[in-house]
Amino acid sequence: MSRPSVTSSDDVSATGGRVLQPGVDVSHRAILYLDDITVSFDGFKALNKLTLTVDAGELRCVIGPNGAGKTTMMDVITGKTRPDLGTAFFGQTIDLTRLTEPEIADVGIGRKFQKPTVFENHTVFENLELAMKTDKRVRASLRAKLEPAQRDRVAQTLTQIQLAADADKQAGLLSHGQKQWLEIGMLLMQEPKLLLLDEPVAGMTDQETERTAELFKSLAGQHSVIVVEHDMEFIGSIANLVTVLHEGSVLAEGTLDKIKNDERVIEVYLGR
Amino acid sequence: MTSGSRLIVSPSSQSLFGPKGWAALGAFVLVAVVVVPVLFIVVPADSPFHLSAYFVTLVGKMMCYCVVALAMNLIWGYTGILSLGHGVFFALGGYAFGMYLMRMIGHEGQYQSDLPDFMVFLDWKAYPWYWSFTDHFWYSALLVALVPAILAFVFGFFAFRSRIKGVYFSIITQALTFAFMLLFFRNDTGFGGNNGFTDFKRILGFRIAEPGTRAALFALTALYLMGTLILSRAILRSKVGRVLTAIRDSENRLMFSGYNPLWYKLFIWTLSAVLCGIAGALYVPQVGIINPGEMSPANSIEIAIWVAVGGRGTLLGPVLGAGLINGAKSFFTQSFPEYWLFFLGLLFILVTLFLPKGVVSIPAMLKRAKP
Repeated sequence: MSRPSVTSSDDVSATGGRVLQPGVDVSHRAILYLDDITVSFDGFKALNKLTLTVDAGELRCVIGPNGAGKTTMMDVITGKTRPDLGTAFFGQTIDLTRLTEPEIADVGIGRKFQKPTVFENHTVFENLELAMKTDKRVRASLRAKLEPAQRDRVAQTLTQIQLAADADKQAGLLSHGQKQWLEIGMLLMQEPKLLLLDEPVAGMTDQETERTAELFKSLAGQHSVIVVEHDMEFIGSIANLVTVLHEGSVLAEGTLDKIKNDERVIEVYLGR
Repeated sequence: MTSGSRLIVSPSSQSLFGPKGWAALGAFVLVAVVVVPVLFIVVPADSPFHLSAYFVTLVGKMMCYCVVALAMNLIWGYTGILSLGHGVFFALGGYAFGMYLMRMIGHEGQYQSDLPDFMVFLDWKAYPWYWSFTDHFWYSALLVALVPAILAFVFGFFAFRSRIKGVYFSIITQALTFAFMLLFFRNDTGFGGNNGFTDFKRILGFRIAEPGTRAALFALTALYLMGTLILSRAILRSKVGRVLTAIRDSENRLMFSGYNPLWYKLFIWTLSAVLCGIAGALYVPQVGIINPGEMSPANSIEIAIWVAVGGRGTLLGPVLGAGLINGAKSFFTQSFPEYWLFFLGLLFILVTLFLPKGVVSIPAMLKRAKP
C-alpha cells in the first residue's frame, strides 16, 4: 500500500519545512511517537520503555498475551494514564502527556473500548450526533441545532456502519456486533486522524468480522489505525505491519509472516 | 430509504410540550393565579368552597418542595450525580431572603430595636458585614441566587475536577450540609442560632399575614414552579440534555468523544443549586420561619426520596413525588406523628423494590398488564 503524502511539498517550503497549520503535523511521516514510555502500578511495570512509531495512513496491529500492556498503551495515548517516564507525541508538535482526555479526542485521536461502549439510552442517531466533530463546550451545546450538512453526515455514517434502518432505535437494544459498529461509527463522526481500536471484532459473527475488515481497510489511507486484536485470522486479513508486545515492551515488529515465524513470539504468545 | 424521512425529526426540533401539555400548564396557571385567590379571598369563610390560609400556605410550601425535587432531578435523575446536600442550597436562599424579612420587621420586635431580636440578645451594636445592604429587596433577591451559586460552583469545581463520583460525592455533600448546619446553629455566627429567623411582618411594605399577600406569594410560587418545569424541559431537549444523560450512562465514552464533563456537571449543578435557593426564598415568607433544621442531613435525604418515589429521570415524576410525600407527611404528622418515619421508610423500600421507575410509571405498568 502506498502512503499518501499528507502535506504537499509547496506549503512545506514556505514555512521552512515545518507545517504551521493547526492540527497534527505529520511532515515527518509519523503520526504517533511513543518513546521510552514506562508506566508502573505499585511497582509492576505495565509498560517498560515502550518505543513505537506509527506512520500517517498506516494500519497497524498490536498483539500480545494478556498483561502485555496493550490497553495501558492505549490509556497513555488517550491521556487516561500518565506515563512515569518517556514521551508521547502526536505528530511533530503535540505532546500527549500534557493534554486531558477530551483535548486529545479534540486534536484527533479516537478510541474504541474493548467492551463496546455506547450511550445506551440514546438512539443510534443521537449517539452519532453526540460524537460528531463540532464545538463541544456547554454554551455551544445549549444552542446547537443540527444543520442539514450535519444531518447528511450522520446519515452517511449510518449507511457506512449499516445501521440506517435502526437510526431511531435505542442503542441499548442493538446486538453486540451492532454496538461495536455503532461505536466505530461514533469514532468516524469525530473525524479523527488516528483511531485506536481495542479488540474491535470480539463477539462478532464471521460475517460481521469480514465486513469490519473491509471497513478498516477502507479507512487506512485517510486515517491511521491501531488495532489491538487476538484474532490472528482477522489480523491477517487487514494488517501489513504487526507489533508484538510482551511484558510492557516491543518484542518484535514486522509483517505477519515474519512475526509468525519469530522464535520468541512463538515462545511467549503463539505457542508451538 | 425509509429511515431517511425519520431522520428529519431530531429531538431538538420539536415543541417543548405537546398541545395537551401546554393546555395543562395553562390550566395550572389559571387555577393558581385566579381560582385559588378568589376562593381564598372573595368566597366567604363559611362557604364550603372557601380555602383556608392553612391550605394555601401548605400548598405553597409544597410547590417550593416540588421545585427542589425538579432541581434534584436535573442533577441526579438526568446527570446521575446523587447529591445528599441539596437542603443547604434551599436553606441558604431562605436565609438570604429571611434577613431581608427580619429587617422589615422594623421596630415591631420585642426589643423595639434597629437590630433583630437575636442580635439585641447577643448585645451586638451593629449588623455584621455580611448582612450589609440586606434591607434592600433587590440586593437580597440577588443574594438568594448568588450565594447558592457561588457555593455550588466552588464546591462543584473542586469535587468534579478531582473526579469524585458516586457514593463518595454523595457523602461529601452530606458533610457539606451538616457543616453548614453546625455553623448556623451557633449563636455567634449571626444567623439567629437555633431559632433562625422568624416572626416576619412585612414584605415590600405589604403585611405578610394579609390574604392578598399570601395569595400573591402563592401565585408567584406556582409561576416559578411552572417556569422551572419549562426550563428543565428546554435544557433536557437541548444537546446539553443529551450530554448530561451521556455523563450518567457512560462518562468515559463522552470524554473520549471530546467533551469535558467538568463544565457540563458544573453548569447543571450550579443551576440546580440556584433553583433550590430561589425556592427557599419563596418558602420562608409563606412558612414564616427558617432555621438550621432545614440543613439537617435527613432533610436532604428526604429530597432524594421524593425524586426516587416520583420517578427519577422523568419530567413530572419528581413533582408528583414531592407532592405525594409531603401530602402524606402533613396527614401523618397531624394524625399519627409517631408513625411518619416508619411510613416514609416503608414507602421508600416498596418503591425501590416494586416501582424502580417511580409512581409515574404506574400507568405504563397497568397498560402492559392488560394488553
